Amino acid sequence: MDFGPHLLLASLEGAVTAAILALTAMGLSIVFGVMRVVNVAHGEFYMLGAVIAWWVTSLIGGHPAIGFILALGIAPLVVGLLAATADKLILQKINYDPDRTIVATIGLLYIIQQTTLMTFGPDARPVQPPFNTRLALPWFEYGENGFAMFWPWGLSITSYKLFVIIAAIGILTALWLVITRSKIGLIMRATQLDSETALAFGVPVERVYMWVFGLGAGLAAVGAVLVVPIQQAHYLMGHDPLLLAFITVIIGGLGSLPGTVIAAILIGMSDGIISVFFSPTLAKIIATLVVAMVLAFRPQGLLGRSAH
Amino acid sequence: MTDSQRSNVLHLGVIALLAVAFFILPTYHVGNLSRIMVLAVYAIGYNFLFGYTGLLSLGHALFFAAGMYGLGLSMELFDLTSAPALAIGLASALTISAVIGFLALRTSGVSFMIVTLMFAQAGYLSILYFGTYTRGDEGFVIQQADRVMFGLDLSNDTARYFAALVLFSICFLAIARLVQSPFGRTLIAIRENEERARMLGYNTVAHKLKAVVISGTISGLAGAAYALLFGYAGATFATVQYSIFPLLWVLLGGAGTTIGPLIGVIFMFYLIDLSSSITSAYMLIAGVVLVLLTLFAPQGLAGELRKRVFKWMP
Repeated sequence: MDFGPHLLLASLEGAVTAAILALTAMGLSIVFGVMRVVNVAHGEFYMLGAVIAWWVTSLIGGHPAIGFILALGIAPLVVGLLAATADKLILQKINYDPDRTIVATIGLLYIIQQTTLMTFGPDARPVQPPFNTRLALPWFEYGENGFAMFWPWGLSITSYKLFVIIAAIGILTALWLVITRSKIGLIMRATQLDSETALAFGVPVERVYMWVFGLGAGLAAVGAVLVVPIQQAHYLMGHDPLLLAFITVIIGGLGSLPGTVIAAILIGMSDGIISVFFSPTLAKIIATLVVAMVLAFRPQGLLGRSAH
Repeated sequence: MTDSQRSNVLHLGVIALLAVAFFILPTYHVGNLSRIMVLAVYAIGYNFLFGYTGLLSLGHALFFAAGMYGLGLSMELFDLTSAPALAIGLASALTISAVIGFLALRTSGVSFMIVTLMFAQAGYLSILYFGTYTRGDEGFVIQQADRVMFGLDLSNDTARYFAALVLFSICFLAIARLVQSPFGRTLIAIRENEERARMLGYNTVAHKLKAVVISGTISGLAGAAYALLFGYAGATFATVQYSIFPLLWVLLGGAGTTIGPLIGVIFMFYLIDLSSSITSAYMLIAGVVLVLLTLFAPQGLAGELRKRVFKWMP
């Protein structure tokens, strides 16, 4: 294959990574934006989403699509409820104090991870994709006979991966509409801007926090359900997405939702492209150094407002 | 007694207690304690930056690893003896913390946390990338012959315990002294209100940079000592996990207290040690205890003691 088709393939793979990352990071970003809480257990909510998806699909027989659709509904709901409960039982009690929140969420991380290990076991388990046709992609070239189109061998993507990209775009658009156009979004934004004034105007800030925390975890779970047919469910799978989501949120600018999406696309795509063309470890070293440098020289992130 | 006399008695008492512990405790716990003291040095280094200066770093594993690999690699590749190798370990931790501090201090708050995390991650990946020399995850063993310093064989239990105790005592007393000095007071002022400290004419950036370098060098010292005393260097010590550990120890023990780091390490070490002898699900117990502590001892163990009993504690 030539450079062009290679690049197209790498970009498509990168786009899938970016789609999942955008969902996961969005959850972290909303929680940070509204509640100012750094949720270290976010990766574990992601992992739980994947594990629950496996449970649901393994319980339901028949066509894989039935189980998958059920998982897409159930997993985020269960994870969201669990997170909301954790918020009510723990984070609310410690008044969202930044340092104590970090310790509490690390504690939560251990609890979720160990409980999953004890019930689900240490093995990685696959989930069947609902559909998985291989789609060959055409490539265009301007050669001797003028403009020609051909199908290079190996240049293909599965229909499921395309679906992941489209689903992520759909979910993020819906989320954006809810936040900018609906009453719920208005309440969320009011709480984000000034929680005390919001409270004075009758916004139940504590309840908003609880559901925002649930929503954030739910978004991570959605990302995870979408990813399990590509990667397998495993009790340690939450680590990498947590780090990546953190980077994305910071690069995009803390609490800026469009910034988060742009950063997710940048990071996902460059990860896909660099690791196809260079050594994956070297690519990661360069990427992390670049991220650190960008932050050192533009601390507010891409779309964030400056701190003071 | 004045407050400073009281705190001197406290610090010397802790050291005396640790010295006596060697003769009373069974061998197994003596071994644990020497490990705990080295890790407590790491926690002391971390506490200086986090507890006293108010900068939350998630990249201290890089400094720990810099000390560890500075010592280990110079022994492995250049056949240096322990004393110059230790000096190289310290020098590499100092250099790296100065560079990282210079870059990361352009940011503050959560961004500082992430920038340090990213640099540490780049460091960890580099250790993996240069696996030919560092042997990556697998790590390498430091030969017993190399673990002799000033005629003392540090692989011997007694020598190891007292080497760890000396190291711990030096760092413990030095930091207790430092936080009482004008420099330490300025750092606390920066932690409490950076704007005001700057308004009073202090160069806050220079102060914070010094704090990062001191903290990073002590962490590197702990890393080098760990490699020397336990004879092993591996990439695990450079992972994010090892940046989170000192944060946990310090928060559990009590951030901004001099004995907090030691208490935090002892508590966490024995929590995992004891619960893993009862059940394989020790992480679950550790998690539950962490959550309970944040709920009921928000200042950490030493912090709560200070709030309720020993108001004079530094």
